[in-house]
Amino acid sequence: MMEYLQILGNEIYKILFLLVPILISVAMIVWLDRRVWGLVQKRKGPNVVGPFGLLQTLADALKYIFKEIIIPASANKVVFILAPIVTMTLALVAWAVIPMSEELVLSDINVGILYLFAVSSLGVYGIIMGGWASNSKYPFLGAIRSAAQMVSYEVSIGIIIINVLLCVGSLNLKDIVLAQKDLWYVIPLFPMFVIFFISALAETNRPPFDLPEAEAELVAGYQTEYSGMMYAMFWLGEYANILLMCAIGSILFLGGWLPIIDIYPINIIPAPIWMILKILFLFFLFALIKAIVPRYRYDQLMRLGWKIFLPFSLVYLILTASFLFYFDKLPKGNF
Amino acid sequence: MIAHSVFFYFFSIIAIFSSLMVITSRSTVNSVFFLILDFISVGCLFIMVGAEFLGMIILIVYVGAVAVLFLFVVMMLNVAEQKQSWFIGKKSTHIPIGLIVSVLILLELLVVVGGWKYKDDLMSSSTLNLSDISNTHQLGLVMYTDYILYFQLAGVILLLSMIGAILLTFRQRKGVKKQSYFNQISRDPSSSIELKDVESNKGVKIND
Repeated sequence: MMEYLQILGNEIYKILFLLVPILISVAMIVWLDRRVWGLVQKRKGPNVVGPFGLLQTLADALKYIFKEIIIPASANKVVFILAPIVTMTLALVAWAVIPMSEELVLSDINVGILYLFAVSSLGVYGIIMGGWASNSKYPFLGAIRSAAQMVSYEVSIGIIIINVLLCVGSLNLKDIVLAQKDLWYVIPLFPMFVIFFISALAETNRPPFDLPEAEAELVAGYQTEYSGMMYAMFWLGEYANILLMCAIGSILFLGGWLPIIDIYPINIIPAPIWMILKILFLFFLFALIKAIVPRYRYDQLMRLGWKIFLPFSLVYLILTASFLFYFDKLPKGNF
Repeated sequence: MIAHSVFFYFFSIIAIFSSLMVITSRSTVNSVFFLILDFISVGCLFIMVGAEFLGMIILIVYVGAVAVLFLFVVMMLNVAEQKQSWFIGKKSTHIPIGLIVSVLILLELLVVVGGWKYKDDLMSSSTLNLSDISNTHQLGLVMYTDYILYFQLAGVILLLSMIGAILLTFRQRKGVKKQSYFNQISRDPSSSIELKDVESNKGVKIND
């Protein structure tokens, strides 16, 4: 019994060691996002609270904590309260399999990439539940839109993942990174990287695909009826998801924790730093796109997902497979 | 071993409880939520017996796609009213069909489980040795060698049913304005700008 407790304590310690940095980096990333957004528009962005405004997000979080949580009278209370919890939990749970270096990973499972895909496809429930339980027009419309959007872009993300898996021959995230030792997949699979990036924008409801919360039409989409800490949880979950998508992108295409070139002065930088730099680079692109690209119309969004990305990635999948087969480069695996 | 059985009972109790709730719950949306819970706990059971690939596929396909569509349908249509008219109003025509289907499923389960209990290798025709390779590799090896024909056939059936569903709901609407990106981009000033002298008191007709 003592042994079990000890193992349990050990695991909890490890989980906290993963979760706390993620929550702090989510707060920092919100600041970075707003800062980049401001600088693109020739504003300063948040720069008052703390050095360079770094503590702005903490101040916002404090404000949310002290606000009253209002639950609409006609709402389905259980589902209404569950929705932000589901969003937040799913966004954090996925981080368990993300490897920050060869040793630094909470759980190294065989089907890591499938796990990530599964958890990100569950993310839609938080939004549908929130929209439906609010029992109000705008949240419901926002939720339906968002669900349709996430389901359609998941399809092309799935095919992109298959593309990478064809080159690797394993579903393990560590193997995926180690297979890129000689060549990052961003070079041979560059079109897939672009499509993955755009689909990640749609999957996380970021501009230019932020139709679920299009202010002009839907007030704030599925979040309209939420207030106080529950709203903040939606918002934290959203940013944790964005960070997660950046991490998946850097694992699949940018070589995870591997340094750019494996020569002396560069490869002494520790692996987790490389991983963080790559995540930050992708997030910087996310933030830039939020600032410079106008919102898509709904039919354009669906057209892009189903009529352009899906066929294109399917064709590229066949191309990759035929290339690997012709040059006899298909991964042999450890049978 | 204790931890293993504790987790097994935890997940199976949740699975059974939620599947009971699916059929007894009053609100249709709640029963879909319980269905999702059921799928998730069955997925966890799969992972517990070492079939991690199947567990994840259950999460991705059933929870991530099928149940979302269920939820959509249930939220959009007023299923509660339908249910009333089926079960409370006039005599229901759905119960006999439901009974037939459930008896068939029970028979199938009996045959499969009975056959498997009777003799261990009665059901499997595969000759592969599947001991020391990972779950995903095993599935791939069996599915793309011994069962390739069935696998392809299943794919074709799914494709056909998808085309059928699209065909059933397909209708051509008249008078819908469509945006053609190609025409839009290939416009140039010479074809789209026109100067007209407007006489006073007379309008100008513009073709658009």
